[in-house]
Amino acid sequence: MTRLVFARYELLRLLRNRRFVVFSLAFPLVLFYAIAGANRHVRDLQHTGISAPLYFMVGLAAFGTMNAVLGAGARIAAERALGWNRQLRLTPLSARAYLGAKVVTGYLMALVAMAVLFVAGASLGVSMAAARWLQMAGMLLIGLLPFVALGIFVGHLVSSDSVGPAIGGTTAIFALLGGVWFPISRHGVLHLIAQALPSYWLVQAAHVGAGARGWTATGWLVVAAWTVALAVAARWAYRRDTRRD
Amino acid sequence: MKTGIHLHGLCKTFHAGGQRIEAVRDLDLSIGRGETVALLGPNGAGKSTTIDMLLGLLAPDLGSVSIFGRSPAQAIAEGAVGAMLQTGGLLRDLTVRELVTMLASLYPRPLPVDDVLALTGTTHLATQRTQKLSGGETQRVRFALALVANPQLLVLDEPTVAMDVEARHDFWTTMRSFAAGGKTILFATHYLEEAEAYADRAVLMARGRVVADGPTTEIKAMVGTRTIEATLPHAPVDSLERLQGVARAERRGARIVLACADSDAAIRALLAAFPDARDIEIRGAGLEEAFLQLTQDRDSRQEAAA
Repeated sequence: MTRLVFARYELLRLLRNRRFVVFSLAFPLVLFYAIAGANRHVRDLQHTGISAPLYFMVGLAAFGTMNAVLGAGARIAAERALGWNRQLRLTPLSARAYLGAKVVTGYLMALVAMAVLFVAGASLGVSMAAARWLQMAGMLLIGLLPFVALGIFVGHLVSSDSVGPAIGGTTAIFALLGGVWFPISRHGVLHLIAQALPSYWLVQAAHVGAGARGWTATGWLVVAAWTVALAVAARWAYRRDTRRD
Repeated sequence: MKTGIHLHGLCKTFHAGGQRIEAVRDLDLSIGRGETVALLGPNGAGKSTTIDMLLGLLAPDLGSVSIFGRSPAQAIAEGAVGAMLQTGGLLRDLTVRELVTMLASLYPRPLPVDDVLALTGTTHLATQRTQKLSGGETQRVRFALALVANPQLLVLDEPTVAMDVEARHDFWTTMRSFAAGGKTILFATHYLEEAEAYADRAVLMARGRVVADGPTTEIKAMVGTRTIEATLPHAPVDSLERLQGVARAERRGARIVLACADSDAAIRALLAAFPDARDIEIRGAGLEEAFLQLTQDRDSRQEAAA
């Protein structure tokens, strides 16, 4: 009950934050139509075996959802600057519940961002069985785990002045090297780098929509490794930030 | 010892830029349940550091804190503590009512939100977004956030600093009615008048120590003194100290400084005994000065004893 009320107001704040709504919902949507709209009849985008609308639908869903969960980090940094986390430490709300509320609201926004992109994709002719849509959504949600941890890490490490550029820059690099804007060629150094990034595997969820079964073992391993590493880093940054001396 | 607040042997030293700052030095303080206590002292006396340790926001180097027989973390987890810290803003993108409701949801026995808004004079702000409030309005809402917990212990760190005279008056009226419900209240201030008007007891801190602790009337007599300064090159300090109304005398070059319990009597006695006193100034001793005097006395007594 307590947590529900608390999380409800967290969510309300989020929806009232225009910049956040623009970056995680409107921005990806507009870009999707701009990029995929021009290539809507491309059935096989640069030999990926995936149509352009499907590829960019998942690519921009990855981008929007990354922004959505990383937004939790920006909010943590802002609340630290405000002294709000000190205020909350004087309430019965546990640190775990505080972070939990941030993660849950981040994920809820990610779900909305994803749903918006899926509808947009369908409007440009993306279609598949319901089970495939669900599987793709599930993979995106799992693939976001490293970014949830990254948000908490950055939120506790960086000041509120620099958290915007820090998160924006991080998202831009992960998006570019992960293949959000164009497919990464199957050969060469770029492909090696991309394969080691969690954002690449978010985008690769598109293959499910084209009939593939899911991530390869490498994909699972990369997502798991990033999740663990960033969770450790997040824990360190959190402890360092809330140390009482 | 189940009741009340006990701070025992608290020490806290900060290291900043190669300097050691002993913010709190071996502080002992007990507050009974239902008492309203003012923590009085100049800036840098260690009031905020003491409050942070009381609330568990800061771990003491040495010493212990007990709030109604519990650790600060336990007392806070049970919702027994409400606090208004010296600094801190309000979460944006919510209305005042939403923010107070959000905080209320965290406590096991909160006060009704409408009551708290009425109590703190923020009812007319209820539908405003928090980022649109003025400084004084923000303070009132922060007070509402501390009260909505319906805490057994209310801690306020210099709550009226950003308020104008009227807001200050309203604030203390509210606090008084809250205290009347048997709550324990500790507030830090550097206004002697606030301590005198609203606390049963005042604890004076200076340089990280408690230098005096007693009913506010006593404390006022102790620090509510006046100081006479004059140019008087040849008068011996001990004969000045024997003048009626003078508590302490000190020489600073050609100037003498008399701390007076009764400055009217003292000035008459001074002029009668030393008619050549010139450039006379009489002023109310600032708290800061009174505190420093008290600490110096204590330090020098301790040094003498050692």
